[in-house]
Amino acid sequence: MYAYDEIDRTLINERVSEFRDQVKRRLSGELTEDEFKMLRLMNGVYLQLHAYMFRVAIPYGTLSSAQLRKMAHVARRYDRGYGHFTTRQNIQFNWIKLADLPDALEDLAEVGIHAMQTSGNCTRNVTTDQWAGVAPGEVEDPRIWAELLRQYSTLHPEFSFLPRKFKFAITASDHDRAAIKVHDIGLRIHKNAAGETGFEVLVGGGLGRTPFIGKLIKPFVHGRDILSYVESILRVYNQYGRRDNIYKARIKILVHELGIEKFAAEVEEEWIAMRDTALTLDDEVVEDIRSRFTYPHYKTLSDTPDELKSASADPHFEAWRKNSVAPHKVPGYGIVTLSLKPIGGPPGDATADQMDAIADLAEKYSFGEIRVGHEQNLALPHVAKRDLPALWKALDKIGVATPNVNLVTDIIACPGLDYCSLANTRSIPIAQELTHRFANHDTANLIGRLHINISGCINACGHHHVGHIGILGVEKNGEEYYQITIGGRADEHAVVGTLIGPAVPYAEVADVIEDIVEAYLALRQRPDELFVEAVTRLGVEPFKERVYATR
Amino acid sequence: MTSPLQQKIKITGPSVVTANRTWDGVVIYRDTQQGWTTELAKAAIVRTADEARAMLTESAADDVGAIGPYIAPVAVNDNGAIKPGNLREQIRAQGVTIDLPVPA
Amino acid sequence: MPLVKNGRVAADTFAHLADDAEIPVEGAVLIPAVRFLADAAALSQRAAPTGVIWPNNRDLDELVPYLDKLAVVALVFPTFRDGRAYSQARLLRERYKFKGELRATGQVLRDQFVFMLRAGFDAFEVKKQADAEAFLATAKRYTVFYQPTGDGRITALHRRMQLRHSESAS
Repeated sequence: MYAYDEIDRTLINERVSEFRDQVKRRLSGELTEDEFKMLRLMNGVYLQLHAYMFRVAIPYGTLSSAQLRKMAHVARRYDRGYGHFTTRQNIQFNWIKLADLPDALEDLAEVGIHAMQTSGNCTRNVTTDQWAGVAPGEVEDPRIWAELLRQYSTLHPEFSFLPRKFKFAITASDHDRAAIKVHDIGLRIHKNAAGETGFEVLVGGGLGRTPFIGKLIKPFVHGRDILSYVESILRVYNQYGRRDNIYKARIKILVHELGIEKFAAEVEEEWIAMRDTALTLDDEVVEDIRSRFTYPHYKTLSDTPDELKSASADPHFEAWRKNSVAPHKVPGYGIVTLSLKPIGGPPGDATADQMDAIADLAEKYSFGEIRVGHEQNLALPHVAKRDLPALWKALDKIGVATPNVNLVTDIIACPGLDYCSLANTRSIPIAQELTHRFANHDTANLIGRLHINISGCINACGHHHVGHIGILGVEKNGEEYYQITIGGRADEHAVVGTLIGPAVPYAEVADVIEDIVEAYLALRQRPDELFVEAVTRLGVEPFKERVYATR
Repeated sequence: MTSPLQQKIKITGPSVVTANRTWDGVVIYRDTQQGWTTELAKAAIVRTADEARAMLTESAADDVGAIGPYIAPVAVNDNGAIKPGNLREQIRAQGVTIDLPVPA
Repeated sequence: MPLVKNGRVAADTFAHLADDAEIPVEGAVLIPAVRFLADAAALSQRAAPTGVIWPNNRDLDELVPYLDKLAVVALVFPTFRDGRAYSQARLLRERYKFKGELRATGQVLRDQFVFMLRAGFDAFEVKKQADAEAFLATAKRYTVFYQPTGDGRITALHRRMQLRHSESAS
């Protein structure tokens, strides 16, 4: 956990008081909506179909029990008793009143939680691997660097009015769980020959209307130089990024239009002019941040405790353990994923009661720490294996032990037209129907790893481009239609999926997905050839044929 | 923001002006008394582009009270009942099409 | 449009000249960039205080040779959402060491003051009177700053180092 000090807390409180003043000026008419809109967005406040929506940051996906309880409190006191975890380590509340927002923010500030820059044309919440600090084989804990970048980018005087939003993601593992290749800047931590920490820097990735996989701009930037290098990229973008067309304003378009070589040369020229400035990170400064991340005092425990052996007789427990518990860097411990994808539920939602219960369980079994991943699930990062049976029972009781992590029913979905003012079509009911179709966990296990991502419009908040199966809602003559892509992925082999054919109407989507999955089961070479691997081998044709032959 | 006076306004049938209320974000409709109502049933109906433009202009003047007024289609049946004209407006008027995680 | 200087509403002693206006021999003036560049060598030698209004989409390279002759550089915010002039301001102050008045013009509103101060602006043509009057209070709104810029305010990272060193010294 990162412990905020007095300095961080002061800034958060100053921001709350500024926002309170801004809301007051808006409600009195001193600020027009046009003036206020950017100010509220920079504090995570959107206007959706039914109400304001409030997006709260969960920096690098790490929460304490006290912080999660405060989220539950906000859900209960100011909203309708639940929250929605997003694909970027944020939580959203859907029914909040503008007049209540300053109080909600003040309550959150008590536990060091804020909503700064969760929207707006500025640097958004810096995200990372939800298993940071506990994943075996990690180069080092990426959250130290995420925190340095969080501080660097918070209320940045030069980059708070960029051409468009700007998103960072960082990973320090070979397997990328942070989707760094589809971010404006993707950072992969690695070591140089001298054993020093640095970053492979990717730029210009992103989804939305024009998806791009990030391009390599520099293979190694030393840790001490990362802020100045990032500032060079942002400065080039701030000056030359397009402002004439909102759909062409992201850095990916600038990188694409200039070409990565030309863009890299511009950045390099800027960097040479300013790299030796106050942005250089001394070892001492990095160590100071590192020292404020505390780690649990792990015990020496058996990797195969008796509790686990006796519980293994229960097939339900075993199914869950195999699916939802991942190896931990410390023997005797595991990383437990909590599925927020119950059969028939809206993906990523958690009730205030669930949040409170999870906070309690985290205190009891995970050193008071909870993680949030971009797949819209939670995790308890430090669970002793001997506690797994007891934890499982408790998680099952509150409905977050569905053994479907990474399976076909572990669907990423945006809120869609049920909530969102930008959406053309609904997403949640499609996800719900699909979870019913594949509700049998044995079938889901037989299918294996398969990520379905659903977006209710071209803005791609549901990351449909990089779903193994992507579903994109489009409106046709007032009716909801959905385009299906296959073969996308968001990990270290990130690739944009391929459209299989004409869009299908709302009522047929689940049938089409079933057809695609059946085709895969018939075509796969062996049971462990994943869906996405089969698509890579076979191309889209056989799937297309199966779907459209009878339609 | 383009002023309503400069926008091209095309309506194909009965329409209302709708927006969200500033202090709480709730869906509102322009009523016949030059105010706002949360009930679609009490919304003022316009049937021509000129009427729509006039009501939109008047609505946009209330920047303190309402956000983002726009013209939305409705269906009016024989006994005068007003129904939302498309799925988006149906969801705005009647709520989400799914069960909320916590029943109201 | 009130001008704020040294934190207070002040009289603007500079006349803003239009693109095609005659440039007077005497008196302080702000000259549009195109007009200035057309005769930069002569205009930068004016005896009276001279400033340039520099658009936010023009590279500073053309302006840099004349900086030490200019009393004012006025940068432009066509809307408050367009942040290009923040980069220009920091470059003028931090890279090109411009010491004259750096003026924010255009859509300058209260909620940008702190960003502008941090980027190096020291004069503000404020759109609304109430915002201009609230300048001092607004400028004091924040006491914690995470980024080093040329304004000299100490960053949170460095303040922590100072605290740590003073603790270990005592």
